[in-house]
Amino acid sequence: MQLTQLLIFLILFPLIAAFFLLIAKKDLERDWIVRLSALVIGVASVYLLITTFDKGAVLISFIPAAEAGVVMFGLEMLIAVFILYLGITYKKWHVVALILVQSALMLYFELFYAHGVHVESNLFIDEFSNIMAMIIGIIGSLICVYSLGYMKFFHESHKEMPDKRPWFFAVLFLFLSAMFGLVFSNNLLWVYFFWEVTTLCSFLLIGYTKTPEATNNAFSALWMNLLGGIAFTVAILWLAIYGGGVMGLSDLLTTGKAIALIPAALIGFAGLTKAAQLPFSSWLVGAMVAPTPVSALLHSSTMVKAGVYIIVRFAPIFQSTFTGYLIAMIGALTFLIASGIAISQSNAKRVLAYSTIANLGLIVACAGIGTYEAVWAAILLIVFHAISKSLLFLATGTVEHRIKSREIDDMNGLIVRTPKIAAMMVIGIAGMFLAPFGMLISKWAAIQAFIDAPFGFLFVIILAFGSAMTVFFWTKWMGKILSVTSDSKNIEGEVDKSEWTALTALAGLSFITTLVFPLISVKLVDPFLLATTGHATSFTLDNIIIMMLMLFLIVLLPLSIMIPHRKHRHVSPYMGGRTTTQDLRFSGSLGVQKKTVLSSYYLHPYFGEAKLRPVGIWLCSALIVIMLLATVAKGVIL
Amino acid sequence: MINIVWAIVFVLVAPLIGGLIAGIDRKITAHMQGRVGPSIFQPFWDVGKLFEKENAVVNETQIFYAICYVVFMAFTGAIFFAGGNLLLVIFALTLAQIFLVLGAYAANSPYSYVGAERELLQIMAYEPMVILAAVGLYVATKSFNVSDIAATTVPVILLVPGIFLGFIYVLTIKLRKSPFDISTSHHAHQEIVKGVTTEFSGPSLAWIEITHWYETVLLLGFVFLFFAFSPLLGIAAVIIVYLLEILIDNTNARVKWQLAVKSSWLIALVVGVVNLAALYFLNGGVS
Repeated sequence: MQLTQLLIFLILFPLIAAFFLLIAKKDLERDWIVRLSALVIGVASVYLLITTFDKGAVLISFIPAAEAGVVMFGLEMLIAVFILYLGITYKKWHVVALILVQSALMLYFELFYAHGVHVESNLFIDEFSNIMAMIIGIIGSLICVYSLGYMKFFHESHKEMPDKRPWFFAVLFLFLSAMFGLVFSNNLLWVYFFWEVTTLCSFLLIGYTKTPEATNNAFSALWMNLLGGIAFTVAILWLAIYGGGVMGLSDLLTTGKAIALIPAALIGFAGLTKAAQLPFSSWLVGAMVAPTPVSALLHSSTMVKAGVYIIVRFAPIFQSTFTGYLIAMIGALTFLIASGIAISQSNAKRVLAYSTIANLGLIVACAGIGTYEAVWAAILLIVFHAISKSLLFLATGTVEHRIKSREIDDMNGLIVRTPKIAAMMVIGIAGMFLAPFGMLISKWAAIQAFIDAPFGFLFVIILAFGSAMTVFFWTKWMGKILSVTSDSKNIEGEVDKSEWTALTALAGLSFITTLVFPLISVKLVDPFLLATTGHATSFTLDNIIIMMLMLFLIVLLPLSIMIPHRKHRHVSPYMGGRTTTQDLRFSGSLGVQKKTVLSSYYLHPYFGEAKLRPVGIWLCSALIVIMLLATVAKGVIL
Repeated sequence: MINIVWAIVFVLVAPLIGGLIAGIDRKITAHMQGRVGPSIFQPFWDVGKLFEKENAVVNETQIFYAICYVVFMAFTGAIFFAGGNLLLVIFALTLAQIFLVLGAYAANSPYSYVGAERELLQIMAYEPMVILAAVGLYVATKSFNVSDIAATTVPVILLVPGIFLGFIYVLTIKLRKSPFDISTSHHAHQEIVKGVTTEFSGPSLAWIEITHWYETVLLLGFVFLFFAFSPLLGIAAVIIVYLLEILIDNTNARVKWQLAVKSSWLIALVVGVVNLAALYFLNGGVS
């Protein structure tokens, strides 16, 4: 009973915070509400872990489902009316059509089938939900805290925009609430409800600035996610009509593939839209117009993680089915193509966006394969990606306010100009692709998982190429930051306290999670895998020791800079024998003083968005069509 | 499973072997070009002299990256020769390589900057093939552990001949041999001067040279793994492969990076798909 209250608290508390944020008009009030709520949410999610530790999956069945169902349905219809209204005002007829279809389907279900559906346990908690709750509760709330400083600065430097911060923070916390609901719900109708709320929240946040571009991109995110929402409603209807009304996630996963495969494919499709897999990647790239904390939230702890969460949940159903392989292939191709496009991007946020899409692709590929090794890799990818990516977004946001640019070429010499933030950024980038940090451990596990799976060699080859491209675009960014431009001045200034708290906490988390990942694996991921797939992974002690040694070296070596050493003679860089000044100015032809400007390779002719994206869209669209058709055909034959 | 003794032996002995290989390389190269060539110990004298020179730097962080480069390369080789996990070896190798690239970036100099970018292109070119080589060895021997692969009785080379050839192809890049010495070479006469290492001098450059020796021994160890079922054959293969690399080095002009990346990727893709698929179906659908 206490556990029930704790889960409901985690879902409802952010709502209460959201309400107070909506009415709090003063900066000081808002600061304190956000900080305290973030602290409460963080502590509660850790407390949840402690109380459910070693207990396995716990189903909760004390909640009056019928009443809650009616309330949720009412809210869904309200959301639909709201979206309908906006769709008509902005003349977005595809959105109008989609929301009408979706509402009609839901109404049809509610009128004719809802009474036949009975779910014993509406809420549940297991290790995977626990991990997700920690990500939402800790990383999500850190991003909210960061937003305090960022949004204040944002509105100071964008006077032309209406300051709607109460609204902004309320939606942030609503988002957290919906995410908690999503990962705690066992009843698919509940999952669907929270699913739709996250769609709405992301729509509102992307469109926050109300510029024409923001509005357009918000609607583009909306229609793609509505498409996924329709697939979700069809899955619910199918279950009600042909699936005997099985609506509990835990029941569905044990009913076997005959019944579960078709809804799994449909919900998997919904997951693909939410996780911004090709061909739906453009909404996440478009979402970059929003203030940076929104991007951080969408990319690390909410929204896209909801998409992969649901696909990983259905992994046991996908395992060694044709449907599963196709979903995995969509993910793998997304990984490959998005990594390639990231090479050609010069805007830091777009690089981050494509890298997110790529990594989500890898998670989807692992989930689609569905073996215990693959799911292990998928869950660890979710954890490590959330930490590193949120750190990178927040660091980019802080840098952006100082250099007034998001271009990577403008970040030359950040280590001199903004040393502390640059260090955070480097930790984030290293966390994304270098040994011994978490993401690399997960990639390693993914290679192992793929090669052990049937037809896995195809996935291994894709992964090998994709990760080579990953090394390229991350390192050239890292190199830019670490270039020592001796003539630059330190422009770091005073970093806002709330921003600094979030940055250091996340940087610390990158190290700590890498250090304790064997513990996460043994105590959280393995019991989950044992319960769902009957296997647990084994990570040899030797490898762990070697990686700890590497981590130790990585931490130790930078400290060596602090050791006083004899002064070295400084020379200026070789400039082909030209006379140069200290800041690398040289006299060009006609005696004009030129400044040396260094710019990275973006390889547009080979990796440009215009070249690769259409390929990805067509390939993955075709795979999705085949996936859905094949699943239906198989379902009909069975 | 991990053998510490071998790790220590590698760290201590590999520079001697690697340096000797470099000396022999120069001797053979000289003979191919109709010169007498220096003594085979010349690389040691060169490095010794570099250590005596003044360490002039553009900025101090360069020294740090050079040290990291050698430390992690030695570490990588130690994992390999101690019998560790091959994938971990590859990841550690990438980490070491990244430090060299960062060192080049850190100087903020045009020539080393272009060198760094090209070095990254080279990493991107060879990385898929190197990972696939490890995967090929795994499929053939059912283990990623170097200790298991080295102790196998399976004639690995007969199972993954395509992957072996692909690996030899990218080995040219890794050993910085022409036609793929795009980011730096042993000679400072190319269009980007000495590329990655342009701004390194004195002791820092000496460390980079020693790192190169470590890397050579590590890579030749990798070649050996394909023939591990018969150690004598393995040593013969290592010698033949290295002689072949010298021959290629002396008979080819440097190519553009486009050709290096495209050809390496194409080869990795073709041998990867064909060889792994063949193994997969030969094993009856289980890898």
